[in-house]
Amino acid sequence: MNWLNDEMVNHLREVSALPDLSGTPYRILRSLASGGMATVYLAEDAKLSRQVALKIMDVLAPSNEMASRMQTEARIIARLEHPGIVPIHDVGSLPDGRVFYVMKYVHGDDLTKYARKEGSLPERLRVFLKVCEAVAFAHAHGVIHRDLKPANIMVGAFGEVLVMDWGVAKILLTGDEGTQLSGDPYFQGEEGKATADETRLQPPGEIPAVPFVETLSGTVLGTPSYMAPEQALGQTSNHNQSTDVYSLGAILYFLLTHRHPHEGASIGQIRERFLRKQVLRPRDVVSNIPRPLEAVCMKSLATDPLDRYSKVEDLEADIEAYLSDLAVSAYRENVLEKAGRWFNRYRFIVLLLFAYMFVRFLVFFLARR
Amino acid sequence: MSKPLLGLILGTVLGLFDGLTALFYPYAVPWIMSILIGSTFKGLVAGVLIGVFARKVRSVPWGIVFGFGVGLLFAYLVARMGDPNGQHHYLEIMVPGSIVGMILGFATQKYGKGSKWIGANQS
Repeated sequence: MNWLNDEMVNHLREVSALPDLSGTPYRILRSLASGGMATVYLAEDAKLSRQVALKIMDVLAPSNEMASRMQTEARIIARLEHPGIVPIHDVGSLPDGRVFYVMKYVHGDDLTKYARKEGSLPERLRVFLKVCEAVAFAHAHGVIHRDLKPANIMVGAFGEVLVMDWGVAKILLTGDEGTQLSGDPYFQGEEGKATADETRLQPPGEIPAVPFVETLSGTVLGTPSYMAPEQALGQTSNHNQSTDVYSLGAILYFLLTHRHPHEGASIGQIRERFLRKQVLRPRDVVSNIPRPLEAVCMKSLATDPLDRYSKVEDLEADIEAYLSDLAVSAYRENVLEKAGRWFNRYRFIVLLLFAYMFVRFLVFFLARR
Repeated sequence: MSKPLLGLILGTVLGLFDGLTALFYPYAVPWIMSILIGSTFKGLVAGVLIGVFARKVRSVPWGIVFGFGVGLLFAYLVARMGDPNGQHHYLEIMVPGSIVGMILGFATQKYGKGSKWIGANQS
C-alpha cells in the first residue's frame, strides 16, 4: 500500500483550497497577489489560449454587499477604456457565490520594483506622466481611484503603464460619464449618490468614526502612506479628484526619494502629522532633488485639498514643463535659476554661438599679427 | 514655418551678421558692400539646402554634420575667389562659415515643421 508523502499532501491541500472554476474557461496556474478581500491568480483562458489575471473574492458565501462591491469594481474598470487602465475581459460568479473578474495579465514589474531598477529620473517621471494620464482620464469620466500607490501600478516590459486595483474607487456625479453612471440602478444610493463602496457598504449618510475609512467587512480603504489626509481622517464626503492628486504626489515622492512617504510611521503617527499639518520634504531625504520637482511634489501633498493642484492635468503640465526645461507653476525661481534653466534648454545653440564668437575673435587677432 | 523656410531666414540673417564682422578687418572695409551681399547670399543658399536636408533626415547629429559640410564648402568657394588684391582669406572665412553651418543644421533639426512626405508615410 502506497502512503501519500508530505509533498503530495501539501499539493492536495493547495489544490483543494483553490476556487472551483468548473463551468468557466479558466484554469488557475498560480497565485499572483493577495489583497484585503480578494486574491489575484495567474490563469489560463482555455477558449483563447492566453494567460489572464483572475481576481476572485476570498470570502466564501459572501454577503450581497461584498459581491456587489466586486461587481462594481469590475464595472468601473470596464467603463474606463484607456491604454493606462487595465482592461477587463470577463466577470462572473463561482458555484459558491464568489464573484470573480478576468483582466489582462501584465508582464512586468510594479512601480516599486521598476523605480528601484530604473536609474534615470526623467524616465521615472515619464512613467509618472502616464499614470497621471490614466488617472486624469478616470477623473474625466467621474471616477476617483482612492488607492493609488506604487503596488497598484504595473510597468510592462515594453514601457506600458497600467493602473490597477480600482476596488475602492468612487464614482462622482460629475461629467458625462458620471451622468451616465447615475442612470445605472446598480450605482444608485438612497440619496442618488453613485459611489462604488459607500452606497453599498456604508449605511447612507453615515461617516465612520474610526480614524481610517473602513468597510463593513473591516477592510481599510486605501493605504496609509499614500492616503490623503481627508481619507485618513475619515472625511469621506471630502473625497474628490484632489484625493487622487495627493496620492499621485506621494507616488512622485517615492519616485524621487525611493522611500514611501511616512516610512516607518504608525497609522496614529501619520494621522497626527496630518492634524499638525506637518509636510513631507523630499529634499530632507535626498538633498539633490531639483527644487522645482520638490515644489511640485509638496504642492500635491498639501494637507489642505484647496492648496493642492485642483486637477491632475495641472500636475501633469508641471511635470511636462520640468522635463522640457520650462518653468513650473509650483515654484518661483530666482534670476540665476531662470538663467540656468534657459541655458540648459538652449545649451547647444548657445555653445555654438559662443564658439562662433570665439573663433571670430581668434581669427581677428591672428589676422592683426 | 517649414524647415527650408526657417533655414532660408536664419541663413540670411546669420550670413548678414557674418558679413558684418568683416568690419573688424580694416583691409576688408572698402569692399564691405560686396562682402555683405556675398555673405548674405551664401547664408541664404546654405540655409535652404540645410533646411531641405532637415526635412528629409530627422537627426540632430547628422543635421549638424551636414550643416558643417555645407558651411565649409560654401565658405571655401567664397575664400577661393580671393579679394581684389588677389589674396585668399581661408582661415577668416572658412572657420566661422562652418560654425554658421552647424548652427543652421542644429536649428533646422530642432525647429520648423516637418515634411508632409514623412507624415503621409507614417499614417
